[in-house]
Amino acid sequence: MAGTAFTLDDLKRTLRQAAGVAEGVDLDGDILDTDFDALGYESLALLEAGSLVEREYGIALDEEAVNDARTPRAFIDAVNTHLTSTTA
Amino acid sequence: MNRRRVVITGIEVIAPGGVGKDRFWDLLSNGRTATRGITFFDPSPFRSQVAAEADFDPYAHGLTPQEIRRMDRAAQFAVVAARTAVADSGLSLDALDPYRVAVAVGSAVGATMGLDQEYRVVSDGGRLDLVDHTYAPPHLYNHMVPSSFATEVAWAVGAQGPSTVVSTGCTSGIDSVGYAAELIREGSADVVVAGSSDAPISPITMACFDAIKATTPRHDEPERASRPFDATRNGFVLGEGAAFFVLEELEAARARGTHVYAEIAGYATRSNAYHMTGLRPDGAEMAEAIRIALDEARLNAGEVDYVNAHGSGTKQNDRHETAAVKRSLGEHAYRTPMSSIKSMVGHSLGAIGSIEIAASALAMEHDVVPPTANLHRPDPECDLDYVPITAREQRTDAVLTVGSGFGGFQSAMVLAAPWRSPR
Amino acid sequence: MSTRTVVTGIGVTAPNGLGTDHWWSATCGGKNGIARITRFDPSAYPAKLAGQVPGFQAEQHLSSRLLPQTDRVTRLSLVAADWALADAGITPADLPDFDMGVMTASSAGGFEFGQGELRNLWARGAGHVSAYQSFAWFYAVNSGQISIRHGMKGPSGVVVSEGAGGLDAIAQARRQIRKGTPLIVTGAVDASICPWGWVGQLATGKLSTSDDPTGAYLPFDRDAAGYVPGEGGAILITEDGEAARARGARVYGEIAGYGATMDPRPGSGREPGLRAAITLALADAALDPAQVDVVFADGAADPAADRTEAEAITAVFGQRAVPVTVPKTMTGRLYSGSGPLDLAAALLAIRDGVIPPTVHIDPCRDYALDLVITAARPATLRTALVLARGAGGFNSAMVVRATH
Repeated sequence: MAGTAFTLDDLKRTLRQAAGVAEGVDLDGDILDTDFDALGYESLALLEAGSLVEREYGIALDEEAVNDARTPRAFIDAVNTHLTSTTA
Repeated sequence: MNRRRVVITGIEVIAPGGVGKDRFWDLLSNGRTATRGITFFDPSPFRSQVAAEADFDPYAHGLTPQEIRRMDRAAQFAVVAARTAVADSGLSLDALDPYRVAVAVGSAVGATMGLDQEYRVVSDGGRLDLVDHTYAPPHLYNHMVPSSFATEVAWAVGAQGPSTVVSTGCTSGIDSVGYAAELIREGSADVVVAGSSDAPISPITMACFDAIKATTPRHDEPERASRPFDATRNGFVLGEGAAFFVLEELEAARARGTHVYAEIAGYATRSNAYHMTGLRPDGAEMAEAIRIALDEARLNAGEVDYVNAHGSGTKQNDRHETAAVKRSLGEHAYRTPMSSIKSMVGHSLGAIGSIEIAASALAMEHDVVPPTANLHRPDPECDLDYVPITAREQRTDAVLTVGSGFGGFQSAMVLAAPWRSPR
Repeated sequence: MSTRTVVTGIGVTAPNGLGTDHWWSATCGGKNGIARITRFDPSAYPAKLAGQVPGFQAEQHLSSRLLPQTDRVTRLSLVAADWALADAGITPADLPDFDMGVMTASSAGGFEFGQGELRNLWARGAGHVSAYQSFAWFYAVNSGQISIRHGMKGPSGVVVSEGAGGLDAIAQARRQIRKGTPLIVTGAVDASICPWGWVGQLATGKLSTSDDPTGAYLPFDRDAAGYVPGEGGAILITEDGEAARARGARVYGEIAGYGATMDPRPGSGREPGLRAAITLALADAALDPAQVDVVFADGAADPAADRTEAEAITAVFGQRAVPVTVPKTMTGRLYSGSGPLDLAAALLAIRDGVIPPTVHIDPCRDYALDLVITAARPATLRTALVLARGAGGFNSAMVVRATH
């Protein structure tokens, strides 16, 4: 996995595993800038998702960055910061 | 018919920094803290590495080797605290009808320490999915189902009335005592040995709170790790312990001329129906529990002398609770001292509610409000009088103690001096 | 105490039937739900039989958002609560949120979830433990999740008194109704048929080691040699009688009496507490023993405990003076789930005029009990007594009666 960028598809896969999908939410829609609240994911779901990412990629995410990530784009950026910095 | 009033006539506390209610009070009234780097196991794999551990020697408290083997640490706390509370009350339970003596034990996580240890063995360090029963001790089931705590306490004090464990997460310690008071009010019991106990300082507990970043990662200054309401707080510090009480009907206590610590004047629990771990910032459900508890106590908000806070030291909690107290006490909230003893003894999950009831009763006993230790720079969103650093002498006749727990439970109890004339 | 507490909804997840109708017809028909364990390979363990809830597909009933954070016990509880509310004709969103609470019992919480996370911790490391471990295994989880799912902000709680806990929870629901909350979701479901839970239960030394699904759990039989554990239970909707009548609800019956005691400490030589619990429950219901039409017994299937129960029943009611049944011979003992399931059975027995049978047993003649064996027995019933005991000395007795 190392060296591979973390993509929206990776995030969707992680979210499904970590927290499922709320009724009425289409993760395959245009969600990159949709607030996690609107997608039905609260902080606990994102903590679990963050943990799954850390285990899968063997990285330690910045707690504040993950905590502050309100959209899939921000979450993906927070992960990729670490993926690129650890593989650089 | 006058309703039966319920009073506390015996207290014992097993807490970090002080086994015994006198040592406990000495710690609180001097604002000392009992948080430290974890010594029970190697904490280095964990994000949070501090805890408030109790220095408890079960042999020194008269438990036999077999009792120690079959009881989880939390059950040991419960039995010792219950026995000592009964002695403190001066009641001779043997002289009572045992079916009129009940037991209520609060615990959030039961025998989690024992389960963690025994799982490690029967699974051979997690290697076996089909765990090996030949390595299981005979008391494993007592760990699995924590009603064993109520059994042990009932056996220890000779109670045969209605007995149970109340397990409502971090409000268990208030809810068990509230449940017990109800048994006396409704006439199902004359005496209840009630309290709560938890001993969660175990790898599995550290790991699960790490995973939700609820416990503080600060371990450079363990004694300053628990900082409720302070702007620099960043999570709670896990604790352990127990507090037990003897509850009696007021007239019976008066008739035997015993010392009365406090009346359990009001109690209520409500749920936020929102989230297993999250809190809405408005604190509406805790405020509703407070309102009902005050109403049951026939007290005005303005008559509350002291608020014993949940004060866990997470941002979410401290703001939620501050909002709830403002919502229920109104302007009086700003004039009422409100402190968190978790700053000193940590957060012992299901036990802390009872430990806080003990602290509240002792505050009334001494007319001293315990402080919030480590509070140097309050969070601007927490703008009440949190009694920073130093205990405060003041007349304390009515105390509100509150709790908030995973599962959405919000509980409030009002303790009042029974000699206070009714409104 | 003029407030009456009535039961208006029943939701069942049981080893011999999923859903109240399936379970009740199976129970009246003597259908056995005990079989060899399929949820894991039991070959290496001395006990291999259990009552497992068949065909339960959580994803058919619950959002995928709930699945990662719930143990099987919580999924069963949530579905049973949904069914109970539907059965009662209650739409929680239409009611004031503080007027509804949740009082359940638990014995082992989400034990299978706990096993998974303990394995993650010890086999893989601290960073591998789920964020949901902070609540998914603990004893309060079912009440919490039910309250959240239905927006119930009234008083909620959880009691743990092993097999007696389910009745204790219903008693606690009745207290809340008397104090002014019109509706409480109550009852209990337990489920810990996983290797770690199995090893915990084996440690009691009280599990039957028989491999015969029809001969393993034989309460009140001379061959009684332990019990078979099961999973499941019942969630009930309890309401203030006036409120239920005002909304025109169908009422199954009233929670008329309750008593709870503890056995004395071992070696005391004192009488066990079950008889006193029965007497307290009858007094609470203001009933004479002769007014009780049927007893749903605890049925420990331990010779000493069976004798204690038989003697308590005959001491209160007289020899062979009241029909006694143990439908849990079809499900195994469901821990805190058993009491509420038996209470549901008692209410439906009253409704249908039929006593469900105790299956598989050949009653030991030492016990002067009128056991309803082999097949259901038609009877005109108004009042039933349900008994539930918990390991560690818990005795609870509850009386239900018809309201019509």
